[in-house]
Amino acid sequence: MLREWMTIVTHQQIAHQTYLLELQGEIAGLVDNPGQFVHLQISEQYFLRRPVSIADVSPIKGTITLLYKVMGEGTEALTKKGAGEKIDVVGPGGKGFPMDEINSKKALLIGGGIGIPPLYYLAKELTAKGIEVVSVLGFRSENDLFYLEEFKSLGEVHITTNDGSVGTQGFVTDALPALDTIETYFTCGPTVMLKNVKEKLDGIPGYISIEERMGCGIGACFACVLETPGGCGKGYVKVCSDGPVFRPEEVIL
Amino acid sequence: MIDTTVKLPGIHMKNPIMPASGCFGFGKEFSQFYDLSLLGAIIIKASTGERRFGNQTPRVAETSSGMLNAIGLQNPGVDGVIADELPFLYPYKTPIIANVAGSTLEEYSLVAEKLSKSGVHALEINISCPNVKEGGVQFGTDPELAYEVTKQVKKVSSLPVYIKLSPNVTDIVGLAKAVEKAGADGLSMINTLTGMRIDPHTRKPIIANQTGGLSGPAIKPVAIRMIHQVYQEVDLPIIGMGGIETTDDIVEYLLAGASAVAIGSANFKNPNICKELIHELPETLQKFGFNSVKEAVGGAHH
Ligand SMILES: Cc1cc2nc3c(=O)[nH]c(=O)nc-3n(C[C@H](O)[C@H](O)[C@H](O)COP(=O)(O)OP(=O)(O)OC[C@H]3O[C@@H](n4cnc5c(N)ncnc54)[C@H](O)[C@@H]3O)c2cc1C
Ligand SMILES: Cc1cc2nc3c(=O)[nH]c(=O)nc-3n(C[C@H](O)[C@H](O)[C@H](O)COP(=O)(O)O)c2cc1C
Ligand code: FES
Repeated sequence: MLREWMTIVTHQQIAHQTYLLELQGEIAGLVDNPGQFVHLQISEQYFLRRPVSIADVSPIKGTITLLYKVMGEGTEALTKKGAGEKIDVVGPGGKGFPMDEINSKKALLIGGGIGIPPLYYLAKELTAKGIEVVSVLGFRSENDLFYLEEFKSLGEVHITTNDGSVGTQGFVTDALPALDTIETYFTCGPTVMLKNVKEKLDGIPGYISIEERMGCGIGACFACVLETPGGCGKGYVKVCSDGPVFRPEEVIL
Repeated sequence: MIDTTVKLPGIHMKNPIMPASGCFGFGKEFSQFYDLSLLGAIIIKASTGERRFGNQTPRVAETSSGMLNAIGLQNPGVDGVIADELPFLYPYKTPIIANVAGSTLEEYSLVAEKLSKSGVHALEINISCPNVKEGGVQFGTDPELAYEVTKQVKKVSSLPVYIKLSPNVTDIVGLAKAVEKAGADGLSMINTLTGMRIDPHTRKPIIANQTGGLSGPAIKPVAIRMIHQVYQEVDLPIIGMGGIETTDDIVEYLLAGASAVAIGSANFKNPNICKELIHELPETLQKFGFNSVKEAVGGAHH
């Protein structure tokens, strides 16, 4: 893990309140697995860093791509930064999806809103391993859609929107494909969604990526802990350093 | 050559800079960023008698120039700290200060006694944690209880004892005098200030514990004022902390009366902060006309 001033290569709006940020620096060479994140210092004005998932890595360009949504003051201020500027980044953080462990024929990816970005890099890595990928992506509305073509180029895609403006109206759990051939699922999104997915897919081996408010982002401050069922292990895990990816049976949501 | 060494009871330091308790875990995570032997000393996360899970999340919130935290003293318990965490730190050439917390006098004594035999160099007694329901903070707000806990800990510990004072009091000097009378070897000032933030969308406090401890640059003037007051009235060395982010901040603390300083939540902003401050300090001391750290201590009182 490093703290580094990365150079902004690309910064553009790709959907309603949603931006693509491509950053160049040494951190790009340190990413082990999809599902890891970087911790961004927006400016001196914001005391805490913002965790954002790595949505793609380009080893040739030495860049990482982040996809983020404006959710508050910090992400709003981030939109003002332009290509060529530098940004203070710590990363790559966390453990991500354990690619070495996974050997299925077919995987189901379920993402909601700002939980979708890490699944793109995951989908790329899974298909590179010869694993077939089916994605279910949930958005608020048609204007919020992003990376649809990118996901489509990697496999079958199902869309849901809360207002029904495109795809199935409802939540990701309303548009799940036939599950009989699915050997592993991967999901990332708001905690309520993760809970529902975990219930619906009970019995299928899975990996869930969890969001929690962070202090240090490196495992030192105990801001981001989750309890483990029956107090197994140490009785807790730290989302920033043990996660953000866990087996559903490892944590209490 | 600028002399940055500092000698305090139990701790002989290359420089006056150490990470503050709870902001540096037990060191492991930060050792990926730099060699911990560079540090003047290291203060580790609080230990309690039994392992504690701590509070519900969210445990942190951002504020103007700082943050709130309500971790709730999560730790593996004193036996776990001694068995699983401390051995990692022993090989580094850096004195270790163990932070002791509890909810009863007996718990403080038990934890202090065990840690004083573990190989650490000094104890910092946290009588000021605002984030646990029982005990903790009232030991730090009532001079008689503060006296009592200091006395008990001194009785069982062969190591120098630094008492960490709470800023959530009206008379900081009264507390400092009480723990001095009880035999404290030094003071740590300050812990966090109790605060709250409310989310207008949910109309609820952001932190699950409702209140949290405010740290960061927002509290620096409070710490400077308290150290300035205590330095005049009490004859104990002070480890100063609260919002330090630059070497100019460190000089301000030294001038107010601190002999050494601790860096807390700034470690979250910049994991290399301690290393960078250590590197820059000699130049900054020189800029303000000092040849040593010692020369600057209490400089605002002459
Ligand atoms: C591991 C991880 C990966 C993430 N990946 C992405 C991503 O790829 N794209 C994306 O758009 N968002 C992602 N998020 C969420 C993102 O961190 C928040 O939306 C962002 O911090 C909001 O900052 P703000 O200043 O705009 O909001 P504010 O509400 O003003 O932020 C105030 C404080 O709360 C924290 N906070 C607010 N919401 C969240 C949240 N959901 N999770 C953690 N902390 C939060 C902020 O970091 C900040 O410290 C991720 C979160 C985590 C934990
Ligand atoms: C996340 C967090 C955890 C803390 N945990 C402890 C602790 O366990 N024991 C303690 O004495 N102080 C604890 N503190 C207080 C710090 O050691 C320090 O006194 C305070 O944060 C002020 O310094 P700062 O402004 O540089 O952060 C904690 C502070 C933070 C931010
Ligand atoms: S954010 Fe500090 S331990 Fe996870």
